[in-house]
Amino acid sequence: MKENVLKVENVTMQFGGVIAVDNMNIVVNEKEIVSLIGPNGAGKTTAFNVITGVYAPTNGAVYFRGKKIVENYPQGKMKKLYKGENNGIYKSVLSPTPDKITKLGIARTFQNIRLFKSQTVFENILIAEHLRRTSNLFTATFHMNREEEKNMREEADRLLEILELSDVRNEMATSLPYGKQRRLEIARAMATKPSLLLLDEPAAGMNPQETDELTAFIGRIRDDFGLTIFMIEHHMDLVMEISDRIYVLDFGKPIAEGIPEEIQNNPRVIEAYLGGAADE
Amino acid sequence: MNKKKEILISIALIAAVLAVLRVLELNIPPTSQWAMLLTVLKKGSIYALVAVSMNLLNGFTGLFSLGQAGFMMIGAYTYGVLTIPVADREMVYMYYDGGIIKFALPAVLGIIAAGLAAALFAFLIGLPVLRLKSDYLAIATLGFAEIMRALFQWDTLGPLTNGSNMIRNYPTFKTILFPFIASGICITLIVLLINSTYGRAFKAIRDDEIAAEAMGINLAHHKRIAFTVSSFFAGISGALLAMFQTNVQAKSFNSAMTYEILLIVVIGGIGSVTGSCISAFLFIACSEWLLRFLDETHKIGDFTVPLMRSGFRKVVFSIIIMVIVLFFRQGIMGTKEFSISGILSRFGGKKKNNKEGGAPLQ
Ligand SMILES: Nc1ncnc2c1ncn2[C@@H]1O[C@H](COP(=O)(O)OP(=O)(O)OP(=O)(O)O)[C@@H](O)[C@H]1O
Ligand SMILES: [Mg+2]
Repeated sequence: MKENVLKVENVTMQFGGVIAVDNMNIVVNEKEIVSLIGPNGAGKTTAFNVITGVYAPTNGAVYFRGKKIVENYPQGKMKKLYKGENNGIYKSVLSPTPDKITKLGIARTFQNIRLFKSQTVFENILIAEHLRRTSNLFTATFHMNREEEKNMREEADRLLEILELSDVRNEMATSLPYGKQRRLEIARAMATKPSLLLLDEPAAGMNPQETDELTAFIGRIRDDFGLTIFMIEHHMDLVMEISDRIYVLDFGKPIAEGIPEEIQNNPRVIEAYLGGAADE
Repeated sequence: MNKKKEILISIALIAAVLAVLRVLELNIPPTSQWAMLLTVLKKGSIYALVAVSMNLLNGFTGLFSLGQAGFMMIGAYTYGVLTIPVADREMVYMYYDGGIIKFALPAVLGIIAAGLAAALFAFLIGLPVLRLKSDYLAIATLGFAEIMRALFQWDTLGPLTNGSNMIRNYPTFKTILFPFIASGICITLIVLLINSTYGRAFKAIRDDEIAAEAMGINLAHHKRIAFTVSSFFAGISGALLAMFQTNVQAKSFNSAMTYEILLIVVIGGIGSVTGSCISAFLFIACSEWLLRFLDETHKIGDFTVPLMRSGFRKVVFSIIIMVIVLFFRQGIMGTKEFSISGILSRFGGKKKNNKEGGAPLQ
């Protein structure tokens, strides 16, 4: 039995009167690549935001390697407004900020690329080293951490090398072609040394060739870094080729789960999503 | 170019600048019209420090704070109040029975205390205030500065702050070298901070808060560091300003002063330390000296030059601000830095290898 890396348990996210994620239950196992698919507005990005601490869920809990990292229940105005399920099961509040989640070993990319605009490719990666610093404000200011600083830079360069971005090391991040920006965002997430990587539409805006390269790239980093990957994606070729399992989300609710063949032949999925996606 | 050579050249340049300043000081009589140059240089060096401290916050961390004059005031008062010689307290605090403080710190300790006091206030208000987003942060910090200004003039605090009366008779500096060296040390410290891993975290927050947080940077913690450090140096510049003016009064640390500092930062380039320094001297030179003639009435024969009268200088300044905001939003330097290796490589025709090994700043 493989170890459970991520477990999303009865998570509901309600914005005002709108339920974006509706009693979601998802499990991702060690070294798996699991995809989350579904029509626009299904609540996929919102689910990522709950897992990474950007939003506290309205109700439910998230576990990482068996440890509870997020929990919440309807409070205040939400007490009356709450329309979701499982009200009353959860009684405590645990809502860490995103940096705490990152420190646990969960890294993510963003649907709308969020690189550090005024900085070079190298500097974008180097920032991730900050979270493992052992220096404090004083030792860092007085440059008493030369050894650490050197290691940080070497580490960043090593990652650039492995992820094949060394050739653009000193370019401004935003001057890269779109496909490379997406890859840089993945590299930057990798630089935090995660064991679980969340990718939000990594192939969005890519042409077929770039998508193929990305497919190989994701498979490779999973193998080389021993990663577990949870991915949102609309490109069905990519999803079907690379995923061990797939969850399908519709109106905030997972309507199906299974290996790619099962999902492709699931009538409910075809009706809700794949039929439409094939037309797009 | 290697680091050692660069450091040597820097030291030589600094020594040369200080020597020139000293020579000027010794040779310009106080009655000469050039005496104004010394005033401009002294005040300019102090404003350079406060501008750089504001830039650390606004330019490098992306926190739009307008509390700088308030923190300067806290620094100026802390310095003044703690360093007035015991013998003079009876006279300075004549309405408050000599005040409640019965000791006097040496000047250098007073300056450090000034920074610490400003930093302490920043640390305390940082937690609630820094949660606010851009515009609200600006309003809250501006409000804080105004409240402090009123508080310092409050009669009940008189035994400490001397109410609305002046604080004076504290030690001042005798030579122009003092503000230059003090500001120089502080600006160097800020630059070192900006170039450290913390500085990189600040810039990440400036560029994209959400991404920075996803990179494991604790936003609240780092914003608080930037705010506290920036205020520390604003406090020190306040102490230097107090020394320069030889007396302090809370009412002069008003919002107009914060706008002046903001203007210096914007003209110099938001995100450029050297830009802030250059623009501080330019600004002070213009406002104290070069543009003074705009406030005087001029006659050419019988013809009185129109517009030129008291207050016209302010109008010209406002126009300059508008022109800069409309057409030169990058300021003098943008986010670039002025560096010795940068200049040498330009003259030597050598291409700078990359951002990293080259310029000492960035
Ligand atoms: N902060 C918010 N406040 C209010 N509503 C929100 C918020 N964030 C998301 N929503 C709503 O939640 C729903 C799900 O949005 P989400 O971005 O998660 O969809 P998605 O599945 O990622 O879609 P896409 O494929 O277009 O990226 C949408 O109706 C959206 O309008
Ligand atoms: Mg989305």
